[in-house]
Amino acid sequence: MNLTLRIWRQSGPDDPGRMVSYPVPDVSPDMSFLEMLDVLNERLTLDGEEPVAFDHDCREGICGACGMVINGVAHGPERATTACQLHMRHFSDGQTIDIEPWRARAFPVVKDLVVDRTAFDQIIAAGGYITAPAGSAPEAHAQLVRKSDADAAFESAACIGCGACVAACPNGSAMLFTAAKVTHLSLLPQGQPERSTRVVGMVDAHDAAGFGGCTNIGECTAVCPKGIPLTSIGRLNRDYLKATRDRDGAPGT
Amino acid sequence: MELFTHGEPIADTKAPDGPIETRWQRRRFGAKLVNPANRRKLTVIVVGTGLAGGSAAATLGELGYRVKSYCYQDSPRRAHSIAAQGGINAAKNYRNDGDSIQRLFYDTVKGGDFRSRESNVRRLAEVSVEIIDQAVAQGVPFAREYGGLLDTRSFGGAQVQRTFYARGQTGQQLLLGAYQALERQIGLGRVEMYSRHEMLELIVVDGRARGIVVRDLVSGEITTEYADAVVLASGGYGNVFYLSTNAKGCNVTATWRAHRKGALFANPCYTQIHPTCIPVSGDHQSKLTLMSESLRNDGRVWVPQRAGDDRPPREIPEDERDYFLERMYPSFGNLVPRDIASRAAKGVCDSGRGVGATGLGVYLDFADAIGRLGRSTIADRYGNLFEMYQRITGEDPYEVPMRIYPAVHYTMGGLWVDYDLESTIPGLFVIGEANFSDHGANRLGASALMQGLADGYFVLPSTIADYLSAGPFEPLTDDHPEVAAARNDVADRLARLLACNGDRTVDSFHRELGQIMWDHCGMERSDTGLRKALAEIRSLREQFWQRVRVPGDGEGLNQALEKAGRVADFFELAELMCVDALHRTESAGGHFRAESQTPDGEAQRDDDRFSYVAAWEFTGADRPPVLHKEDLDFEYVHPTQRSYK
Amino acid sequence: MAVTGILLVLFLIAHMLGNLKIFVGATSFDHYAHWLRTIGSPVLPDTWYLWIQRSVLGIALVAHIWSATVLARRARAARPVRYAHRPKVQGSYAARTMRWGGVIIALFVVYHLLDLTTGDLNPVGDPRRPYANVAADFAPERWYVTLFYVVAIVTLGFHLRHGMFSAFRSLGQQTPRGERRARAVALGFSVALCAGYLVVPFAVIAGLVR
Repeated sequence: MNLTLRIWRQSGPDDPGRMVSYPVPDVSPDMSFLEMLDVLNERLTLDGEEPVAFDHDCREGICGACGMVINGVAHGPERATTACQLHMRHFSDGQTIDIEPWRARAFPVVKDLVVDRTAFDQIIAAGGYITAPAGSAPEAHAQLVRKSDADAAFESAACIGCGACVAACPNGSAMLFTAAKVTHLSLLPQGQPERSTRVVGMVDAHDAAGFGGCTNIGECTAVCPKGIPLTSIGRLNRDYLKATRDRDGAPGT
Repeated sequence: MELFTHGEPIADTKAPDGPIETRWQRRRFGAKLVNPANRRKLTVIVVGTGLAGGSAAATLGELGYRVKSYCYQDSPRRAHSIAAQGGINAAKNYRNDGDSIQRLFYDTVKGGDFRSRESNVRRLAEVSVEIIDQAVAQGVPFAREYGGLLDTRSFGGAQVQRTFYARGQTGQQLLLGAYQALERQIGLGRVEMYSRHEMLELIVVDGRARGIVVRDLVSGEITTEYADAVVLASGGYGNVFYLSTNAKGCNVTATWRAHRKGALFANPCYTQIHPTCIPVSGDHQSKLTLMSESLRNDGRVWVPQRAGDDRPPREIPEDERDYFLERMYPSFGNLVPRDIASRAAKGVCDSGRGVGATGLGVYLDFADAIGRLGRSTIADRYGNLFEMYQRITGEDPYEVPMRIYPAVHYTMGGLWVDYDLESTIPGLFVIGEANFSDHGANRLGASALMQGLADGYFVLPSTIADYLSAGPFEPLTDDHPEVAAARNDVADRLARLLACNGDRTVDSFHRELGQIMWDHCGMERSDTGLRKALAEIRSLREQFWQRVRVPGDGEGLNQALEKAGRVADFFELAELMCVDALHRTESAGGHFRAESQTPDGEAQRDDDRFSYVAAWEFTGADRPPVLHKEDLDFEYVHPTQRSYK
Repeated sequence: MAVTGILLVLFLIAHMLGNLKIFVGATSFDHYAHWLRTIGSPVLPDTWYLWIQRSVLGIALVAHIWSATVLARRARAARPVRYAHRPKVQGSYAARTMRWGGVIIALFVVYHLLDLTTGDLNPVGDPRRPYANVAADFAPERWYVTLFYVVAIVTLGFHLRHGMFSAFRSLGQQTPRGERRARAVALGFSVALCAGYLVVPFAVIAGLVR
């Protein structure tokens, strides 16, 4: 099939950027979306043009590197699917496809579709862990974990940190990402000692990074490739309210 | 010109002699320590943030060393360990089913087809137990039973249930555990993280590894970074085949640059081919996706009996199908080990009976299992895999059989290291898939995660102290001749790649190189094939340096330039792999040598001639490498020939 | 937002119940309106209670709008470059109209106060005869007033539907079952409230109230 792509081109952080149209003929329906961009880039390279920069790595939907807003939807039209796992059979011949980077102040554009998501790492560094230096761990069976808690923790831990939630949120909030980690760790007995400092530290880091506030809209969970539920934000709120009532020290101590 | 020359034998001098049960304990006691106050004066560079690198950087930070961590990804959390699905082995014996450290040790040596070092594997089995404790303490959400205990399963044909797992995402969950520990150290200021940075050269001064040359992939700036020791945890080199289950960015550059600086490269031809991957759909294919081999527990593998039979699978009657694994290996059937299943699939496709548009695929059929167990049971067991398959192929595996084909998955070879995980360059440590140490000629399922974390959390942090106790070493500056030379080499090389301005893209070369390697240095190798491959690789490499086109410049983000540098190194590695494969005229583990088979066509190992590690020394890009042999002694596990008939 | 929203919702309930007294008859309705001014008497002087309630509501309203403004400003700052392809609504429509909906409701409240509290914009405008004021407001020839009222109430319904769910969530509602329940309660409540408010103008148009 033949497609027209309108892609956001931005040579660097200081370039204002613009949408540029590229016809892409002979697209196979079996190609993944990124393979279709590979084909375009091969052609651009041979034509002496600059290929389109985009982040990608595992191409099997787990590393979280890829991400672009396709026709206004983060990761494109298929639900629970990352851009690398999206296949061209979901598009039709002659279609025009708009491709844009994640847009958020906390995710500045590096080049074209590549954005800087270091803010996510900073949120994790501010408390998204359980302090357990190597060598100090008790026997694994010393503490039992209810299966339902372990399963629910896993659901939240499945977050791949791609940033689609931020891209889709009308407020540019990263609350789903933050809440997924808070929920994962606060559901486990090992995560209890740091439960309060964790949530306060992470929310503070979230706000400091320039993300917007959550108004429970739900666009985030609709585009999340791993289906992280909106309920996790309720859990974060609950932990946060409790933690701000009885603070017991700064994160990381 | 000769393909290679022979050098002095090499030996691991760090592993203590005596009873194997206490070797690790005795090594730890015998090693020198660094007192806590001195640790903060010592800097360690860690390249790579996967299970090995992430856990090592976090642990070294916890111990109080100054750590600098590098990864090419935009975040340390994205290293390709994240894609491991199946699980992690540990000799906990929670099932009371006869497992023990000794048995895990035994199984791993045997699984490696007696081409790994006993001391290392024994230590791995011991440490496996601690890894599970560590991961649980970090909050890794392993699968649990209703009683709250950890669930385990049998994996890859093991007779004991020793594999811990977190659905099909064990690698992701373990990596996030290590990543979170790493981020904690970053937050505390003990680890400096440099993401989107790629190591392009090793700095060796006075015979010691003292730093690296890195390129900031965003600004294009080339800088030199110094340390008292360098740890490479940069993963495997499966992408030399272009199509593999590795991430697109996985590369050999860090280890290859170290090899060029003097580190021996061991067993480069040992690669693992995984039988259950989704087949290639066309020339546009950029990578392959693995599906857990647990699928073979219920799926039956078959092809049409008649070559060229292109009827839809459901229209091919039962008696015109060839269930070739069940036919060839009646006692193990569809559950034969990875290498055997892979080779058999390739064999039937080579005979023209492959299925799908490309003819490179065999059916994995669940119709019988669905009939016997019901659709919902199958959905419970494999629902997520079926969904993934349907997402990629557009076919519903409940209705039509899956198509599968083998793909390169893991590389057992890597930089040679001793018991301390130190390479032949003092101060250069190599951990995880990047080293060669523990898996021999074939890796057991669920052992890669175990090795990465064993190295990173427990082994390296102990052994590196012995080396660092002699430090801190003399401070270096950018004008030191060795440093300046390393830096200039990097700049020259990038400039050369950018200057070619030819008529072919990097990917077109990479794809062609991959095809040569897959055809001749993949599952089955032969003398003629490998010699042909060597000639083709050399001529393609020459073309590459004349005809490659790298758009843009070195300033700023240039993904084509990154790829070009990696492919250039793959060319050199590919040659060494073929030389290694050529010299090893035996079939062992994951690879089959056509000239070395039993009368009934099975792999024939040759312990008399090849019970050694082949450690290769680099002597120059166009000069033959030197082979150093490390003899392998088997005191505890006696070599036997595998049979799955 | 959640706390101030809850205060405002409580007022809306009381206000709706009061409105519905219109069906009991003119005397009763006017008496109710008068009684509002004497709550707390004789402990409190006339209309004191009313002014206390008005100030609490005023503060809640200001705080509500202030919080919303802070959130809106943060949201704008968080996305300095907008999408070229307008994002499709994947989640809830109600959630996406909170801000403009809020503005419409605020404008309506201003008009509503000038109309039925101060009487400035009311054709009758007699503070002692609220029943007549209401009946005059929704007379068929003044259809535009009715239309504005209906638009405002429907907007309020949307606002409440997401607002109530969101308040539960902000205060820590966190289970999937609870979420289903919270959504159902929010929807049911919003529909009931809309109906309760809309029945008055339609009754006037239908001639049930005159």
